[in-house]
Amino acid sequence: MRFVRRLVVFFTLILFLPFFYPAFSDAADTIKIGEINTYSKLTNFTFPYRNGWQLALEEINTAGGVNGKKLEVISRDDDGKPGQAVKIAEELVRKDKVILLMGSFFSHVGLALTDFAKRNKVLYIAAEPLSDALVWAKGNRYTFRLRPSTYMQAAMLAEKAAENPARRWATIAPNYAYGKDAVKSFKKILKAKRPDVEFVAEQWPALFKINAGSEIQSLANSKPEAIYNVTFGGDLAKFVREGNLRGIFKDVFVVSLLTGEPEYLDPLKKEAPEGWLVTGYPWYDIKTPAHDKFLAAYQNKFDATPRNGSVVGYNVMMTVAHMLKKSGSTDTEKMVDAMEGLAFESPIGPVTYRKIDHQSTMGAYVGYTAQKEGKGIMVEWQYMDGKDYLPGDEEVRKLRGK
Amino acid sequence: MGFLIVQFLTGLSDASGLFLVACGLSLIFGVSRIVNFAHGSFYMVGAYLAYYLIGYLPLGGLSFWASILISGLIVGLIGILVEVLLLKRLYRSPELFLLMGTFGLILVIQDLSRWLFGSEDLLGPRCPGLDGSIDILGTLLPQYDLALIIIALLILLAIWLLLNRTRWGILVRAATEDREMLAALGVNQSLLFTSVFFLGSFLAGLGGALQLPKGGADLLMDLNVIAGAFVVVVVGGMGSILGAYLAALLIGELSAFGVLVLPQSTLVMMFLIMAVVLIIRPYGLFGKGKSGEYEYDEKTSAPIQPASERLKLAGLGLLLLVLLMPLFAGDFQLVLMIEIAILALSSMSLYFMMGPGGMISFGHAVFFGGGAYAAALLVHHLNTPMELALFFAPLLVGLLALIIGWFCVRLSGVYLAMLTLAFAQICWSIVFQWSAFTGGDDGLLSIWPSDWASNRIVFYYLTMTLCIGGILILRHLVFTPFGYTLRACRDSALRVDSIGINLKRHQWFTFALTGFFAGLAGSIYVFSKGSVFPDEMAIPRSFDFLLMVLLGGIEALSGPVIGSAAFIWLHDLISRIHFWQLILGSIFIFLVVAFPRGIAGFLDNRFGRIFSNHIGPRA
Repeated sequence: MRFVRRLVVFFTLILFLPFFYPAFSDAADTIKIGEINTYSKLTNFTFPYRNGWQLALEEINTAGGVNGKKLEVISRDDDGKPGQAVKIAEELVRKDKVILLMGSFFSHVGLALTDFAKRNKVLYIAAEPLSDALVWAKGNRYTFRLRPSTYMQAAMLAEKAAENPARRWATIAPNYAYGKDAVKSFKKILKAKRPDVEFVAEQWPALFKINAGSEIQSLANSKPEAIYNVTFGGDLAKFVREGNLRGIFKDVFVVSLLTGEPEYLDPLKKEAPEGWLVTGYPWYDIKTPAHDKFLAAYQNKFDATPRNGSVVGYNVMMTVAHMLKKSGSTDTEKMVDAMEGLAFESPIGPVTYRKIDHQSTMGAYVGYTAQKEGKGIMVEWQYMDGKDYLPGDEEVRKLRGK
Repeated sequence: MGFLIVQFLTGLSDASGLFLVACGLSLIFGVSRIVNFAHGSFYMVGAYLAYYLIGYLPLGGLSFWASILISGLIVGLIGILVEVLLLKRLYRSPELFLLMGTFGLILVIQDLSRWLFGSEDLLGPRCPGLDGSIDILGTLLPQYDLALIIIALLILLAIWLLLNRTRWGILVRAATEDREMLAALGVNQSLLFTSVFFLGSFLAGLGGALQLPKGGADLLMDLNVIAGAFVVVVVGGMGSILGAYLAALLIGELSAFGVLVLPQSTLVMMFLIMAVVLIIRPYGLFGKGKSGEYEYDEKTSAPIQPASERLKLAGLGLLLLVLLMPLFAGDFQLVLMIEIAILALSSMSLYFMMGPGGMISFGHAVFFGGGAYAAALLVHHLNTPMELALFFAPLLVGLLALIIGWFCVRLSGVYLAMLTLAFAQICWSIVFQWSAFTGGDDGLLSIWPSDWASNRIVFYYLTMTLCIGGILILRHLVFTPFGYTLRACRDSALRVDSIGINLKRHQWFTFALTGFFAGLAGSIYVFSKGSVFPDEMAIPRSFDFLLMVLLGGIEALSGPVIGSAAFIWLHDLISRIHFWQLILGSIFIFLVVAFPRGIAGFLDNRFGRIFSNHIGPRA
């Protein structure tokens, strides 16, 4: 035991050593990109995302890189904690000398990085966080966001939902900012299109701690004609199962945010609901040359089917490459200028980063759920371009407080 | 009417699920005093095992129930393994170190499960034969809900029979009452502890497997379920199985009907119930006084001494090194040092409460996060300059600590710890929910230092001044009359009482003091990060502090500083690696086994003599 202890002390001392040396920088033959995401917690969402950007990185570098230099991504885990993310951002920027930051899944982590970017004048391209505040209330010059926001996806659903004759609506959403934003936007837009609609009940389960039985029963008690659901992951599975057993979904029109994404739909297997109006990603059915190419390359490299996160990861990496081509420089101000109005073709359609609020116009697929061979799929879907579901310039200016 | 009955039964079935997790935990605690934080991990493993077994066992309809039983047994065996290989070695070390061991287990099991079972969320299979619903006056209730209610009652009955009608049960009850006496009577305690741990783990695995038809298996289950299980155990009274059942019932029903009145109550209901019960009945519904105590063990620790001349010199040298760091360290090292200093101050304040104060807190983040939020709110709403925010925020948190402390000092041991957790959770949910004022989980952004301090090096010195100053003040306080009295209160409540010292008032004041300094740490933290989110108040944050203190060692005054430095540096070092949780967890487990007195305790043991004033064997 004594020997072991000495060994431990020895190694401990060795490990402490690098701490006292200033960071040494490499020769600049690659362009370093910092990437931060929650790889130790939500792996079922973040791993497909990582596959996505790794595929794009490979494509970019085999084509010779950008401006004669290869790209190198330094990827770090934020543990789902904003404080940790900010620390890693400091490390990436100061020690690893990355030229920009990208990534993150949780909205609050994204917001912490947004503020870091503003303070330190570092470009940050948010990949997955959905929070509206990221580009509006808390938006700034150095932050851009790829994925369609909560507002956009809720707007897409509300437009479709308005076509349904249902008048009595109930909502269920996880009790945090994403859930609250999603309900607020949906209510506002649906009310504008259909003044006769009324919202008769709401439930706010704690995230990933839903008491599905009692909460669904309370919703049903108000006899809604339609239910708007924002729960996802394990909560969604419980919601679906309890709802079926308790006969809640019979003759009720259900609108459900994100449920069509394979991340959330696949685990439900043969219990996947039918006839729900959802946003998602029907990769099995998209027949465009661009997507075919992406799909083949993805399946070839990972021997797995892509998820929504894969597209997001792929697109965020491609954003960086296109931006660098346009800016021709790794100077932050020049990169930000290049990001504003940057347009490129993604596997699912054209994407433009709007100058006015730095939100990309990447869209989402909206359709109905169905069963096929014991699996949930999306049918009668259509791709809704993000640019049609953003508020007008006047309102955006007001939201951004300028 | 049908709705009310169904809602009641649904609540009852939720309660049954809670009871199934909690009863094993309560049993283990009652006998061996282990606060097993890894109980939720056993629950998760049970769910995963059953999920895969049901798919593979070729028994038709029977395979469902057989799989559940088998996975319970496997988890029980894992429990035996953990008990024999790890926990047994720790029974002699201070009880708190068991906590660190179980924290390590959580991390290890978490990553091993990801590796073994995959990261996909799994939807549980339905129970064959019970996959429909029954109609109660026009409202449907899933059959499996009824099955769960009955199973929970059967298990309650079985445990009761086991405890009251068998020789083994008599021994277990005797061990709960008086361990020394039982040992004196020649009962093989080692075997008894192992068997209880087996039963407890078996029940955890069974609970996880039984909830499959109500949900499924995912990697977040372990932490999601553990807080609830502890609440049930504590509300029921630690070690009382019947108490656990009633507590689960209370929580299940109040939650089921609570969402009807106030749907937003989901975040806080459970902890509100716990706070109310503990304030009215300090030892839970069925708990007996004193059974939940952490006895401070005089045998293992020499009283803390003021620093010797040599140690002071060494400290001075270290201080110089820290102050000269900006000369040779890179930008990021300074960032790390700032974080270490801030967390060291906060850990030091927790240490002051746990070591000299003898009070364990599971909710220390409420003071740290409280300080961060107080400062951020002052800046955000009143445009207060940084200097004033740094001055007022700790005072506000001190006030908060006075309020929380007033309730907490009436309790002791694990009950006190759980009440701090309850208050922390209540404050967290207020911050989380009240988005108009606190920004909710979108947090408060752009809380940066004043212009003069925004230079990194200036901010570095500002942080060091405040944090090292705070740490030295706390250190100094240990050797003031107040500090000595506090330690006397910890060591012998009876004697302190008889010489007319007001124990509760001293403890109460300790709360305010530690709250103040943790608040100071939190308010600097917010300026160093620029933003604050409810995470800083949440349970994992509290556990971080606890880990830092334990890592350093509870017996040495330098423990918290060394512990937080080691914690942050370790974290930074290995978080680039996949499966870093596995490595970190293994390191924790190794440290507990190899250095049962913590890092600082080990250093003191090994090199203490070099720094002591008089050469010779130490007491």
